[in-house]
Amino acid sequence: MTMAIIGRPLARVDGRAKVTGAARYAADFNQPGQAYAVIVSATVGLGRVTGMDSAAIEKMPGILAVLSHLNAPRLAYGQHKSYIDPATGERLHVLQDERIRFHGQPVAVVVATTIAQAERAAAALRVSYNAERPVVDSAGPEARPIVPEAGRQPDARLPADKARGDADRALAESPVKVDETYDIARENHNPMEPHATIASWNGDRLTLWSKSQFVVNEQAEIAAIFGLPLENVTVICPFIGGAFGTSLRTWPHVTLAAMAAQHVRRPVKLVLTRKQMFFTTGHRPRTVQRIALGATADGKLTSVVHEGTGETSRYEEFMEALTSVTTFLYSCPNVRTRYRLVPVDTGTPNHMRGPGEASGVFALECAMDELAYKLRLDPIDLRRRNEPAIDEGENKPFSSRSLMRCYDLGAEHFGWARRTPEPRSMRDGRLLVGMGVASASYPAFHAPATARARLLPDGTAEVEIAASDMGPGTYTSMTQVAAETLGLPVERVRFSLGRSDYPPAPSHGGSWTMASVGSAIRAACIAVREEAAKGRTDRPIEATASSQRDPQAAERFSMHSFGAVFVEIAVDPDVGTIRVRRAVGAYGIGRVVNPRLARSQCTGGMVGGIGMALMERTVLDARDGRPVNAHMADYLMPVNLDILQLEAHFVEEADPHVNQLGVKGLGEIALVGIAPAIANAVFHATGKRVRALPIRIEDVLTA
Amino acid sequence: MLPFTIEKVRSVEAAIAAASSGRRLIAGGTTLIDLMRDEVEQPQQLVDINALPLSEIRVDRSDLVIGALARMADVAAHPDVQRLHPMVAESLIEGASPQLRNMASIGGNLLQRVRCPYFRMLDAACNKRSPLSGCAALGGLNAGHAILGTSDHCVATHPSDVAVTLVALDATMRVVGPKGERTFLVEELFRLPGDTPHLEHTLLPGELIVEVRVPGGPVGRRGRYLKVRDRASYEFALVSAAAALDVADGVIRGARLAVGGVGTRPWRMRAVESALIGKVPDRKVFEAAARLALEGALPLSGNRYKLELLPRTIVRAFEMTGGIA
Ligand SMILES: Cc1cc2nc3c(=O)[nH]c(=O)nc-3n(C[C@H](O)[C@H](O)[C@H](O)COP(=O)(O)OP(=O)(O)OC[C@H]3O[C@@H](n4cnc5c(N)ncnc54)[C@H](O)[C@@H]3O)c2cc1C
Ligand code: SF4
Repeated sequence: MTMAIIGRPLARVDGRAKVTGAARYAADFNQPGQAYAVIVSATVGLGRVTGMDSAAIEKMPGILAVLSHLNAPRLAYGQHKSYIDPATGERLHVLQDERIRFHGQPVAVVVATTIAQAERAAAALRVSYNAERPVVDSAGPEARPIVPEAGRQPDARLPADKARGDADRALAESPVKVDETYDIARENHNPMEPHATIASWNGDRLTLWSKSQFVVNEQAEIAAIFGLPLENVTVICPFIGGAFGTSLRTWPHVTLAAMAAQHVRRPVKLVLTRKQMFFTTGHRPRTVQRIALGATADGKLTSVVHEGTGETSRYEEFMEALTSVTTFLYSCPNVRTRYRLVPVDTGTPNHMRGPGEASGVFALECAMDELAYKLRLDPIDLRRRNEPAIDEGENKPFSSRSLMRCYDLGAEHFGWARRTPEPRSMRDGRLLVGMGVASASYPAFHAPATARARLLPDGTAEVEIAASDMGPGTYTSMTQVAAETLGLPVERVRFSLGRSDYPPAPSHGGSWTMASVGSAIRAACIAVREEAAKGRTDRPIEATASSQRDPQAAERFSMHSFGAVFVEIAVDPDVGTIRVRRAVGAYGIGRVVNPRLARSQCTGGMVGGIGMALMERTVLDARDGRPVNAHMADYLMPVNLDILQLEAHFVEEADPHVNQLGVKGLGEIALVGIAPAIANAVFHATGKRVRALPIRIEDVLTA
Repeated sequence: MLPFTIEKVRSVEAAIAAASSGRRLIAGGTTLIDLMRDEVEQPQQLVDINALPLSEIRVDRSDLVIGALARMADVAAHPDVQRLHPMVAESLIEGASPQLRNMASIGGNLLQRVRCPYFRMLDAACNKRSPLSGCAALGGLNAGHAILGTSDHCVATHPSDVAVTLVALDATMRVVGPKGERTFLVEELFRLPGDTPHLEHTLLPGELIVEVRVPGGPVGRRGRYLKVRDRASYEFALVSAAAALDVADGVIRGARLAVGGVGTRPWRMRAVESALIGKVPDRKVFEAAARLALEGALPLSGNRYKLELLPRTIVRAFEMTGGIA
């Protein structure tokens, strides 16, 4: 009874609610009698709070409370760590002591009857500090790299050191070499919707309407922080206005909203300012990476060395998959990867779209392009010569791998054949034209999930799971899975997510929502369908079912998505402006549940990649660790005029091993590969190799 | 944000009276409200001048006259502006965003305040915001700052785009105040920071900008505004140039050049202009003249690239006036 709803380019089921304003985001759930909280952020980058003139502002109109380490309740901060929290270290305990660990750390929260009163008083609060000079340059002379604790074991998910063969010796003996360093600036996620929480207590039960990509974890984290039983906390978040990873963790402002609401005994709303979103809600860490490639004269890789360093905070070791892709992207007998962290006086970084992979693949794919030029080979040809038969890092076959087919499809749509390889050889009038290419890859993850489905006597169905939709179209794709599995038209399926009291879903990140949540929904719907097949009933039929990846398949196969990204840029040789004219991506992501949503995901990722390549950079003031450009006019991201023609294509790929839906997930991979393709195009256009992101006019000018 | 009152005035006299008593004029509010939200500006009483009849755009003999309350978007789209002074339209379109241009007035644009990030952060040293507190930009982020007209007290650029073209075209402005009316060059509106960076312009207390007058003539019709920046829109200039040439019989008879993004005020480049007069316009001539633009330029730790970008921008802008594609 397949109705082939999966695979159809349905418009978003929640599109109308979004464009009419009916969709409610965290800050829209205003509660009766609600008060407003505003955070006061530290203006020094390291040191101690020595005094605070709260008395002066307590007299201001409407002020209900001024909470700081001096009077804030000592919270339980019970042990709790999820996989989205750093494995090593301890989260920031907010307002529990006088120490300042980074610029912008909350030092007080002001609660008032109106938002204007709270903002006014927060601005007026005088705080004195004993300030020390922070170290914020993770590549500077004071930086001290460490071996990440959670990467010490050889079987760690993100091993600090991994090797096969003898990469250093092979490098020394290689006739052709590339050995370069790549530096990627710190970035902030900057979604449209700011972080927001409304907290409301009823006795010892707490409800949070809070922007979150992981409501069940926010529930567990807040329960642990306040020492509450899990069931006393409910987190609700039906819509997210973009997140890119910044709402995976539960950050201090959620705790502060709950603390404030408890203190003033009424619901409290707390929304971060744009500037505060550069302080305590994570960032893509700055990375510095060395890539050394050795090859034979005919372009066979003989050695790959990848040494990457990422910044982290002093109190947590944030790790990401910086060097992972290097171990399996190409065939090479001698590979050595090394991953280190540099603790600096900053808030803890966190995952940002394509975490680790986007940065690591940038370095590797730029180096591959450099190698192709040294070998006088077409960059696609170089990759073809090093296409592996299996994942040589894990010594396992791939469940599916379509990288070369992606190159073929992408090259055709892009018109790669028209490219002349010589730098500065292509022009359009005065403008230098550059074409660049890069590979993309991201793991096909899968996590356990549970969903509930209910078939009602009126022939409609309800499906519930504590998942999230930060924009990829979860509402729509999951409705498609449920409708097809139940044999119902999509209009008869009501899909709900974003409540911690629904059956648990994994975090909405890592591109595993379609695989994990989709499989759970499929399982629940199959259970309902089987029950319904037993005979007619006038009562609802309900089933709750879980799913996880077949452990044998996981054991036998290496599972990743792959893609090939093509970019054409134009550089003005006089004034150095760089414009991305078009980008074409071709991806092998298993089954495409909804091509319209999938394309939208890909073009969105391309926009992020253009930002990473040419614009995004959080600048820290070395004197006090302050993010200086914490403002939407100063932190550049692409605007409409920067994103001209973006295209995504998908190769047919049937992967029976990843899960029963055959989906590998799509989201993160869309950002991976864009930045190196652009950097490679900049080289092709100008003959200038820029190895630090973002690439700006001044980099091109000094060519 | 501090509490404030706002009242609407319906006559120029009432506006002057209000401004003379220390109240603050507000037009589009895109600079003022923004800074009030950050408490950088703290006026307690605002006077809304949007009802004044000052938004007309007209041609008077050959001059273009733009009312102080004309909106950036309306001026940019006006056929007379596009015909007589295309560079004025271009410099407006290249500024801000459509939403801002719909609100923002020409008078307000000239009086917009600097975009130095430290200026907006109350906890940073900034002589412009609080005199004698120091200048955080000198030892901090200054990639976007000025190389011309700076002092040890302030190095912020004047951010307006249209001001650059108005200065290039010898535009004048008419202001009225408690002591009557004055007309002077737009160029004379802007002060150098010196040791008083908090004093930015030469308006007297209570004075209201009424209109801006751009003289007609052949030079304006072939002017171009080139704005160079890292993203294609919605960013202030790293460097910009308003360039115009009057060429007759293959020889340059008149030249105009002002630049933005590099000076503490819109910067007229008279030496470059003079060097072009009598020459045959071509790239080499432009390049030789553009080198003069760097006279007196002092780079900061983060903006040395402007020494390279400024002459290149000038050359390119002059090439564009000649329609060199
Ligand atoms: C995000 C952003 C990006 C921007 N990008 C650009 C850009 O790229 N290029 C550019 O040129 N500009 C840019 N701007 C600045 C924008 O052009 C100015 O904010 C706008 O022109 C100011 O006009 P307004 O009418 O809103 O002024 P207001 O904010 O109302 O007033 C500004 C000042 O002028 C005074 N004032 C206003 N009218 C008069 C008058 N008639 N007489 C005397 N005093 C008066 C007010 O008292 C106040 O001090 C940008 C602004 C923002 C917020
Ligand atoms: S450059 Fe001027 S505006 Fe910026 S911090 Fe220094 S004094 Fe203030």
